[in-house]
Amino acid sequence: MSIQARTGSMALMLLSLPLIPRPAQAVQVVPVPGQSRQWDVPPHVHFDELLHEVFWDITIIGVLMAVVAAYFLFAYRRRFPDEVGRLQKLSPQAALGWMIIPVALFMADDIYLFAKGWELHKQYREVPENAYEIRVTGAMWSWTYTYPNEVETYGELKVPAETPILLRMSSEDVVHSHFIQQYRVTEDLMPGRVTYMWFMPDKVGEYVVTCREYCGAGHSSMYGKVIVMAREEFNAWLESEAAAISASATVASAQQVVSPAADVSARDFGR
Amino acid sequence: MGQPKTWKEWIFTLDHKIIGIFYLAASLVSFLVAGTSAALMRIELGSLGPTLTEDAGVYNLWLTMHGAVMILGFQIPALLGFFANWVVPIMIGAKDMAFPRVNALSVWLLWSGILLALCNLIVPDSFNGMWTGYPPYSETDFAGNTALYSLIIIVLGISSVFGAVNLACTVMFMRARGIGWYQLNMTVWCVFTANIMQLIFVPVLAASVLLLSLDKYLGFGFYDPGQGGDVLLYQNLFWFYSHPAVYVVLLPFLGISFDIIATFARNRIFNYKVAVWATLAFIPVSSDVWVHHAFVAGLPNWLRTMQTFTTLMISLPFGLLMLSMVMTLYKGSIEYRTPMHWIVGMFFMLIIGATTGIPNALSAIDYGISDSYVIMSHFHYVMAISGAMAIFGGIYYYFPKLTGRMYSEAMGKISAWLFFIGMNVVMGPLYFIGIEGMPRRYYDYQMFPQFESMHALATVGVVITTIGVLIMLYSWLHGMFRGEKATANPWQSQSLEFTHTDVIPGPGNFPTPPVMPEGWSPYSYDKTVTKGGSE
Repeated sequence: MSIQARTGSMALMLLSLPLIPRPAQAVQVVPVPGQSRQWDVPPHVHFDELLHEVFWDITIIGVLMAVVAAYFLFAYRRRFPDEVGRLQKLSPQAALGWMIIPVALFMADDIYLFAKGWELHKQYREVPENAYEIRVTGAMWSWTYTYPNEVETYGELKVPAETPILLRMSSEDVVHSHFIQQYRVTEDLMPGRVTYMWFMPDKVGEYVVTCREYCGAGHSSMYGKVIVMAREEFNAWLESEAAAISASATVASAQQVVSPAADVSARDFGR
Repeated sequence: MGQPKTWKEWIFTLDHKIIGIFYLAASLVSFLVAGTSAALMRIELGSLGPTLTEDAGVYNLWLTMHGAVMILGFQIPALLGFFANWVVPIMIGAKDMAFPRVNALSVWLLWSGILLALCNLIVPDSFNGMWTGYPPYSETDFAGNTALYSLIIIVLGISSVFGAVNLACTVMFMRARGIGWYQLNMTVWCVFTANIMQLIFVPVLAASVLLLSLDKYLGFGFYDPGQGGDVLLYQNLFWFYSHPAVYVVLLPFLGISFDIIATFARNRIFNYKVAVWATLAFIPVSSDVWVHHAFVAGLPNWLRTMQTFTTLMISLPFGLLMLSMVMTLYKGSIEYRTPMHWIVGMFFMLIIGATTGIPNALSAIDYGISDSYVIMSHFHYVMAISGAMAIFGGIYYYFPKLTGRMYSEAMGKISAWLFFIGMNVVMGPLYFIGIEGMPRRYYDYQMFPQFESMHALATVGVVITTIGVLIMLYSWLHGMFRGEKATANPWQSQSLEFTHTDVIPGPGNFPTPPVMPEGWSPYSYDKTVTKGGSE
């Protein structure tokens, strides 16, 4: 084989590298970045602040435009039948100015909002190191929560207060979306991927969980709740549940079929 | 007049104006079907628990029909079918579209698509996967007839692509002598831009829904993680089309609004060239923002951040268009006829719609309001209600040219304000319960019983809107048969479709081919004032 032919075939091989199928990866796990962060104030508190601020921002923009438009609509009514508009053609400089100045103003507001939004986005997506991890499995039409000691609950997410909670989520069938109203946090669950969300339950109480991605006839009945308990109370509950399971599970565990979701958990949920 | 006489002449017509009227008929039929399903949904939600139906599947069918038929059957055919076909060739001084036969093919494909969509109401396994058709749900048997969904989208898509090629060629090559690119009406620019976007993005949508059926019926695994596919692939492809689709609707209705405002304010478009380039800027800007429909879908964090920024950048061209629109009123001479009433209502709706879009652009805010009534209310304000108001205003504006008669001003104005008030009573309360957590696409809201009063209020709004729509339809029927005879230029517009045509433009549109003098513009009101009457 000549040199040219060899270089040619090597070049071809290199070019076709991206085309060679890689071994199929059954589950893509969304990595959780920056697990060393400590956030003093929970994201949902910042969410309300930011939303409030953005509402002021858009109210000012909207009211300003509406008032100017209303004034023009009133002030420039036709006075006599043959009247025509008196708007003059802009000079090239004025036209450019009327483009650059508004664009600069919008841009400034956009960049300000973007910076604010990015800050909060990072809070939402970078999970504190001491987060307590719970697995969530969505299925038509219920939520299953699995605790580190394999205790499972259905439709009720019991969590200890004042502890960051990390949810690692996947779906058994179609796309669902886990939304907790109190903590202003939503993330989709889907087959083939493990997604995550975290929140900070700061007060003891019960809060609504709903599904936020259309999943069929039972979509609007796919709701549950988050039950925030005092830490000691939570530990006591978890231990009693675990004890109940180990007492009755000797037969059940032998028959347990390893589902794809369980497979995921073995690889990715374990710390 | 040269109207077709026999039914064969109607069906096989190649006249762009008759084809435009076929588009208008299709879009009004779609509006009535999708509007009825909206009313049914609102009555269902007006009180807690089952009201009209105990079957959530029936509700989901109404919801699927409402979304798909309103967008693909009502708005796009009205804007890119009726206005693009009936108005644009006359505005540029052309005798017809560039390819009249392709034009006829487009409209009959559209009708086929709409009839197929109506079949979804009667087939036993109606598709209920929403207009978005997300897999894996849309590939399950729960979702019903996925093949029908794919077929409808593909048929409508082919119709759109043919229409888009045709219109782009018409604007590029069929302009009358003396009409340069910077002398085109804003309607022409906006419809042209929207059609370029259709050409770029529709094929992606058609491919993505075709893969759904391949997956479901032939066992391909494009969207099936079990076979190495990816659920998110569909969402990326779908929104790569469907975000630009928002501008495919938005731009033409802004264009019509610009023309109506210029006519009734007898003013030039403020900063016309910048407005034109802002319109064109929507093509690149809209192509890179689709992730904001999937901020909570498990996509990488860097992508969410990046597309938060690109999404905020939409405000630049959009802000320039809004500025041009409001400044076109400045020093104007505004006459308040029915079309202007609709457009004024549209403008205030658009302000609400545009500003409520800003929080949604931030991924961080989306974590709290994704898929809630906040989103639903926002896109109804910015696209659905504003769009409908501009379309109805536009129909009133061209009513004299379509029928040769005038409608009743009183009925037209009352219908505009009933529609405006009614839609605000529907969407205002829903926005606020959206912030409190009310999710979209819910048949019932047992977990949020405190929202019942707001839902009931929104249902009252639907009653007001419906009365407005009925008055509007009656005013059209009444005007068509009983209205006063119209003149060729009832608004003393400077635009070609009014100054150079008969009362009802006949075949070939113009008695003599128009040649525009040096420096002519459809907005040059300060130079000459046309006194109306036919040429």
